[in-house]
Amino acid sequence: MAGCISVSAPDKPIVIELNINIKQEVVYRLAADAENTIEENAGIF
Amino acid sequence: MDKLSQTGLTHRLGLIAGALALVVGTTAISASAAQRDPAYAAARSSGQIGEQVDGYLGIVAGGGADIRRMVEDLNIKRKAVYAQKAQEQQATVEDYAFTSGCLLISQTVPGEKYQAPDGSWKTRTTAPPIRDSRCP
Repeated sequence: MAGCISVSAPDKPIVIELNINIKQEVVYRLAADAENTIEENAGIF
Repeated sequence: MDKLSQTGLTHRLGLIAGALALVVGTTAISASAAQRDPAYAAARSSGQIGEQVDGYLGIVAGGGADIRRMVEDLNIKRKAVYAQKAQEQQATVEDYAFTSGCLLISQTVPGEKYQAPDGSWKTRTTAPPIRDSRCP
């Protein structure tokens, strides 16, 4: 049937990228501690 | 003491306290810069080295053997601190270092170099630095 949209399954598995969200969550969690660390070790930062 | 001169005294004391707070505040701000080795401070302010996205120092351009050694030494010390703190926080060294990098880039002062998310070196101005979108 010409004109019909054909949908075929992709040959590669579908990968959902969750790394970005997880990283942001970790970064927010660590921020306060990292700030103290920088202050306490001012000579190397 | 009459009421008028008492008010005057209170006012003067307030001024003295304010002046003291100002002095203490100024000292606190310059404390971290003062703790840096003079050679490190000079390399930072001249833009020879800069803050990378990953939480470590990088050489912006050229850089003699002495600069390279200094950067390597500071980065080894940074990594040791990151590793210890990351373990305490049950995070990876990379994530802890990256978080610190976000903060260190924010803390650069105008004239210093920092790395933008695309990897290019930027000179800090009075405007906020360009940081990774995951930075807090």
